[in-house]
Amino acid sequence: MGDRLLEVEDLSVTFRTDRGIVRAVDSVSLHVDRGETLAIVGESGSGKSVTALSILGLIGDADSGRIEHGRISFEGQDLIAQPDRVLRKIRGNRIAMIFQEPMSSLNPVLTIGKQVAEPIRLHRGASWAEAYQQAGELLKKVAIPDAVERLNDFPHHFSGGMRQRVMIAMALACQPKLIIADEPTTALDVTVQAQILSLLKELTREADSALILITHDLGVVARYADRVTVMYAGRIAETASARELYANPQHPYTQGLMESIPSLSGTVGSRLITINGQPPDLANLPTGCAFAPRCKYARDLCSRAAPILESVGDDHERACYGFE
Amino acid sequence: MALSEPSTQLLTVEGLKIHFPVTEGVLIQKQIASVKAVDGVSFELRRGETFGLVGESGCGKSTTALAILRMLNLTAGRIVFEGEDITDYDDDQMRPVRKRMQMVYQDPYGSLNPRMRVRHIIGEPLAVQGVNRRSNEYTARVDELIDLVGLLPDMADRYPHEFSGGQRQRIGIARALALAPSLLICDEPVSALDVSIQAQVINLLMDLQVELGLTILFIAHDLSIVRHISDRIGVMYLGRIVEIASQDELFDHPKHPYTQALLNAVPVPDPVIEAGREEQLIQGEVPSVRNPPQGCHFHPRCPVAASVCRQQEPALLPSTSASLVSCHLVHSGEHKSGHGRSLRAG
Repeated sequence: MGDRLLEVEDLSVTFRTDRGIVRAVDSVSLHVDRGETLAIVGESGSGKSVTALSILGLIGDADSGRIEHGRISFEGQDLIAQPDRVLRKIRGNRIAMIFQEPMSSLNPVLTIGKQVAEPIRLHRGASWAEAYQQAGELLKKVAIPDAVERLNDFPHHFSGGMRQRVMIAMALACQPKLIIADEPTTALDVTVQAQILSLLKELTREADSALILITHDLGVVARYADRVTVMYAGRIAETASARELYANPQHPYTQGLMESIPSLSGTVGSRLITINGQPPDLANLPTGCAFAPRCKYARDLCSRAAPILESVGDDHERACYGFE
Repeated sequence: MALSEPSTQLLTVEGLKIHFPVTEGVLIQKQIASVKAVDGVSFELRRGETFGLVGESGCGKSTTALAILRMLNLTAGRIVFEGEDITDYDDDQMRPVRKRMQMVYQDPYGSLNPRMRVRHIIGEPLAVQGVNRRSNEYTARVDELIDLVGLLPDMADRYPHEFSGGQRQRIGIARALALAPSLLICDEPVSALDVSIQAQVINLLMDLQVELGLTILFIAHDLSIVRHISDRIGVMYLGRIVEIASQDELFDHPKHPYTQALLNAVPVPDPVIEAGREEQLIQGEVPSVRNPPQGCHFHPRCPVAASVCRQQEPALLPSTSASLVSCHLVHSGEHKSGHGRSLRAG
């Protein structure tokens, strides 16, 4: 390991809203090595999706969002400084994204074949005929029955699981080095979820691509991730290898999350341990550590300044002043 | 646990079928098919228990709930609640019955009227049943309910948008409890909430059950939550129940191939267990209820399906003292129960 593919350093993203400036991502640093799967875990509003959109250069213009500062380096190239013209050559080509909703992410008036073939034509300069032929191969790869015949079908002919397979086929079309999957299976049933995630993992391994898996499901993380980054209120709370994080969570928020989910092997009927209070309002964050108002270990220090991410072990970092 | 006394049963559902017509034509509508959302479901709820109903989307679990509340007309079957056959009740006859069965909905945003104060949202069932909104009885009961679900007294005069998802779900629960029902039907009550908030609501439901002696029908797709809260669990697939078992029997010895597949598909939040698990995926997706397969509905995806499965619908029969299974091969002894060992550490 140690073969860096992506490095995000000190990234901050703000949005202008009716209620003032909202800092959706605050001083986030993370990295992804070639071939590994990094999970970004967090609840709604934790900044995990905005982090992903920033990597793709999709923040700004229409949505009143702005990258305040930070550096995003992909294969040694700084992405933030690049004009759209350059980013367009990277998106869908070297970095691909799989969105949460397969229903609304496909164009309803274009055939599946055309949508899968488009990135191949665009980025690889293939003719439509070649691109269609490769699209057929891709659909076969993601286990769509009668793949070649189905190229002429429209998205509404496909079920939710099948549409998500199409999204994966599109993402894989140009053999990207990095795939970002934002809650790729939350809209799907569990038996289909397992099929899709296993397929995604297998195909990324085959292509030696790295995967960023954005999710709130700690079970999915345990099954598929190599490393995990836990986000809370726009900041990173903790990063560690998956095994280390589950065996030895070091941030009170991570500990709380782990304790609050009823496991399939835990004691039945007992009270669940809860995290008190509510997730914070991003437009009205407390000073200091955003988790402090809910934290059972909070001290005076915690509400004065936000703790920075510090190493607490081998490839294990947390943002906490520590507690006994 | 083998045979229960009739008096211990709060609700009996027998051979429930709900079919929705599919029509064609604009002026002259012609029925061309039917969606068999629920197709022969039988189970009972015992007083004081939590019965979990699990299954993937479209399996008919929410439709079953609506049928019990008699918000849908039955195509076939019988529903007996507290000894009263309510199968053919009309709205007027149902009104007093609904005092005793109430529902908590999935969406804490859509299920509260944004223009009503919390006090009147919670008190509305009382008003519907004829309690005067200006009476002391009304105010006292609403205050009591607000306290019961862990909200603060001064929250009564606020509007829903001032609350977070978890608090709204508490409001929904308070409203459901206003008439002191004996049966609470919870349809995916925590699936719209953040993980850190889900546990709070689950704890509240479990506390209330003990405190008020409630019987709960808990509908969800999240197996770990269902396991945590339920005494017995029914697994549905495509409009039918494939297995009913006590909570520990279902998770330790799942019998129906679908139950086994479902348990296998759920990732356990522990990388060490996950690394040691063999992933056995079932193929395909849930077929359309418009055109369900012949015989056992699960046979096209079943790894062990035999020819009998393609022709005959299996009956839900006792397999052990703690479980009922609807599978030809389990009944004939050809398919063995799985083990929950893969879910356990060590």
